[in-house]
Amino acid sequence: MTDDAPAIARAVGTGARTTPGDSPVGQPVKFYQVGSFAAGNRLLDEAHRSVQSTLGRTNSLTSGHRACQGCGEALGARYALDAAMRAAQGRMAVVNATGCLEVFSTPYPETSWQIPWLHSLFGNAPAVATGVAAAYRAKGRDDVRVVGQAGDGGTVDIGFGCLSGMFERNDDVLFICYDNEAYMNTGVQRSGATPPGARTATTEAIGREPGNPFGQGKDMPRLAMAHQIPYVATATVAELHDLEAKVEKAMSLRGARYIHLFVPCPLGWGSAPHDTIRLARLVKECGLFPVFEAEHGEVTSVSKIRRQVPVEDYLRLQTRYRHLFGSSEPGGSEGRPDIVERIQRIADANIRRLGLLDETLDEGPPPDGSGGGLSDRAAAGVL
Amino acid sequence: MLRQIEGSRAVAEVVSMCRPEVVCAYPISPQTHIIEAVGRKVKSGELAPCEFINVESEFAAMSVSIGASAAGARAYTATASQGLLFMIEAVFNAAGLGLPIVMTLANRAIGAPINIWNDHSDAMAVRDSGWVQLFAETNQDAADLHIQAFRLAEEVSLPVMVCMDGYVLTHAVERVDLPGQQEVDSFLPPYVPRQVLDPSEPVSIGAMVGPEAFEEVRYLAHVRQLQALELIPEVAGEFAEHFGRPAGGFVRPYRTEGAETIVVAMGSVLGTIKDTVDALREKGTAVGVLGITSFRPFPGAALRDGLAGAKRVVVVEKAFSIGFGGVLSTDVAMALTGLSIPVSTVVAGLGGRPIMGKSLAAVFVDADHGRLGELTFLDLRKDLIDKELARMADRRRSGPTAENVLRDAQSVLPSLT
Amino acid sequence: MFQVRIHGRGGQGVVTAAELLSAAAFAGGLWSQAFPSFGSERTGAPVVAYCRIDDHEIRTREPVVEPDALIVQDVTLIHQVDLFAGLKPEGYVLMNSGRSFEELGLGDLVLRLPRDHMLNVPATELALKHTGRPVPNAVLLGGLAAVSGVVPLDAVRDAITQRFTGSVAEANVAAAQEAYDFVKNEEGVLAHASPD
Ligand SMILES: Cc1ncc(C[n+]2csc(CCOP(=O)(O)OP(=O)(O)O)c2C)c(N)n1
Ligand code: SF4
Ligand SMILES: [Mg+2]
Repeated sequence: MTDDAPAIARAVGTGARTTPGDSPVGQPVKFYQVGSFAAGNRLLDEAHRSVQSTLGRTNSLTSGHRACQGCGEALGARYALDAAMRAAQGRMAVVNATGCLEVFSTPYPETSWQIPWLHSLFGNAPAVATGVAAAYRAKGRDDVRVVGQAGDGGTVDIGFGCLSGMFERNDDVLFICYDNEAYMNTGVQRSGATPPGARTATTEAIGREPGNPFGQGKDMPRLAMAHQIPYVATATVAELHDLEAKVEKAMSLRGARYIHLFVPCPLGWGSAPHDTIRLARLVKECGLFPVFEAEHGEVTSVSKIRRQVPVEDYLRLQTRYRHLFGSSEPGGSEGRPDIVERIQRIADANIRRLGLLDETLDEGPPPDGSGGGLSDRAAAGVL
Repeated sequence: MLRQIEGSRAVAEVVSMCRPEVVCAYPISPQTHIIEAVGRKVKSGELAPCEFINVESEFAAMSVSIGASAAGARAYTATASQGLLFMIEAVFNAAGLGLPIVMTLANRAIGAPINIWNDHSDAMAVRDSGWVQLFAETNQDAADLHIQAFRLAEEVSLPVMVCMDGYVLTHAVERVDLPGQQEVDSFLPPYVPRQVLDPSEPVSIGAMVGPEAFEEVRYLAHVRQLQALELIPEVAGEFAEHFGRPAGGFVRPYRTEGAETIVVAMGSVLGTIKDTVDALREKGTAVGVLGITSFRPFPGAALRDGLAGAKRVVVVEKAFSIGFGGVLSTDVAMALTGLSIPVSTVVAGLGGRPIMGKSLAAVFVDADHGRLGELTFLDLRKDLIDKELARMADRRRSGPTAENVLRDAQSVLPSLT
Repeated sequence: MFQVRIHGRGGQGVVTAAELLSAAAFAGGLWSQAFPSFGSERTGAPVVAYCRIDDHEIRTREPVVEPDALIVQDVTLIHQVDLFAGLKPEGYVLMNSGRSFEELGLGDLVLRLPRDHMLNVPATELALKHTGRPVPNAVLLGGLAAVSGVVPLDAVRDAITQRFTGSVAEANVAAAQEAYDFVKNEEGVLAHASPD
């Protein structure tokens, strides 16, 4: 936790002694993420609190599911769907692709879903969601909102055709991709969202380019933008306010909307379960995962990097990158500093392209939260 | 060399020795260990020259295999269940084009309800696709059948699917005699395509065929399957000579001499059935078993010969045609036309339900006493069925059946087995 | 035929344990079959794996329902899974625990089985001590070799060194050896405590 310590102190520092943990009606709220950025909001006044810190939250994905310890996907799904449920005033249905989230949430006859939920197949969730939305429309139930969701595999690979079609038709569906950068459900194989250098079961750490090769993979948020849909956003599980604001914004619009949520996977990444939030924060702070919003194909806001860190700080916490770093054992490998350097260049390019550092600041929207500047607000230290 | 090895690994070893030039697959349980192991061999340079391609779906995996094969490469892929269905259009296409792709099918049930465990519904779903379908009884068998599969496929220009039971075989660690590279090389010559995308001799492959010739082209596909029917025993014989152990062929009889009841089955359940047959024989019940290795082409004559002496036939199968009954048993009954040997179907092991020797023995004894009905579901929980039917009769919105049944089951079943 | 059922949780190397045991049996010239319970469970969920050992080919594909030996890698499963279902009257039980069977609330089990067929080994501690990781599987195989003699310790050692390399293999071999010695020692104590 060493380099987190000052940041946490900062988050908890203000007003630390004002009714910590108390909800509006004076009952203790169950906080899952104490000691991290995710729940720091409990110290804020009510208007600024996250959906997660309210008693009224749905707990769409409630406890009892079978995800691994520290599963970012489980966390992200509850965060996103609770926010969507609030925005939809409780009238919502979810279509889920095959994947970890589907499997760990529904060990039939038990289910962790407290909302209407449908699983059909791995590759068709966007189309099924379109169908659900069409049915509601036909029945005059436009008030019921539809969310489709999938892992990165179900989104960028096998479901991509259906997703692109859903975007292109501008169907009234919010689609959320929980990106843990591989096929976790089947035992950590590469997907089209696996980053270069990462070891998976089908991109082993052997050969000239150990791990996943460079130059492959899809930048799904930008592909979504290319469809000119009303709303595209990226977010991580580390920045709860930002995520909730984006979900809320998406729910305020009609037509095809897309949120790409970064969710660390301790099992697949070989990271410590307690590092999930830290990794989600580091990936943004190093520039590898730009956090931004776009409307109708144009970027409307970016979440600035608060304190830039080298990609190495992020990579080193994960054994999927272990081969990139030498071992100190006698006869151990030298590692691949050249590959770490190439990954750093990817981060640098992201930073340049989106102006993620203050020095490179382009004219962003005003920091008061109007006009889609929600991520800027988050970056400015509300969290 | 004798190895104690996981079935998937054994298949990966053998497939690599067959020197595929393009391997393209999409992960799905329980096939993953196979492609991961082949992938490692390609990445480490142990299998070269070979392109290992990670794609975005099974549909792409089979499509890549089609392209590779049409361009003259030896192509290999593997899948299961939903994956096979996801690629089904390309599966039919590969056979229609006559491309000798070899695919491992790690047999798994088909959803809904989603289920990752073993049965044969996936293989049966593509029964009519034009692929040769071979079923492995053990991991030794699975390994050996892959070597034969490439030989067969390329000689008759048809794709071959080697079916091995998901988990039961793919994830079982057991003794397998793996051949050496030279042995495989001398059995399996390099691939010489009948049709190939060759710039120096351009051909068009896969164009439209209208009513004037479609039936003939289809018939020729059938003829090629019939050619495979001739080739299968030949290749099996050569294999036995070359590698010093039997594998492949049409059918495998076990204690059928003097058997009044002969059980017919495919895949790994044959092992449990053989143990059961031994136990029953000891008690004087005249039962034997005939295992089918080649399901497509269907060895009707061999089956007829093997079953002709029986008073009755019991087909144990891990799939069924909903609204009708047995799939394999229909074919078996066809093969016995005119012999007036009654055929009973026993559907067993759906979705990974363990097939217990005890239950099989009871069914075989029933058959021996002439008490076995036409269609039996092994170890079916009647109480659960009745409960759900009652629930459905009771109220319109009875809810998802799968959930209801599972809830009932868990309230009474022990957690094990 | 000797049949072993291994219980544990995802992440504890339950399947590896069954595979190692089968490799050890194979090394000793026996036939053996190891297979998992085929779940789709994640880290921490109850997991079962099986191993059969015989001196001729094993054909059956049934799950092991009447085990000759049970290995329990995680005693917190006692209240979650019917661990002892089908256990043969002369069966062996090897549990990963520093506590006695009575302390674990398994007094009635003690009455059912031969006393020297039941042992607790603090396998996680031994694993931590030798390998630095709380993975008790290889350790317990050392214990099984000692308590049942179904495979010799040498074969377990060979299986471990074939599966792992370098310091990981060495550490696991040392841990298995210590578990073996621990069990042999316990058996000595038991033999004195209950001469009948
Ligand atoms: C047609 C088809 N192919 C393959 C599978 C096997 N499968 C199920 S989930 C999955 C990977 C899921 O990856 P992702 O979408 O990234 O979700 P995650 O499990 O990582 O959350 C695969 C390959 C399937 N169910 N259906
Ligand atoms: S494997 Fe990864 S995504 Fe799946 S439940 Fe575990 S932590 Fe979550
Ligand atoms: Mg994923």
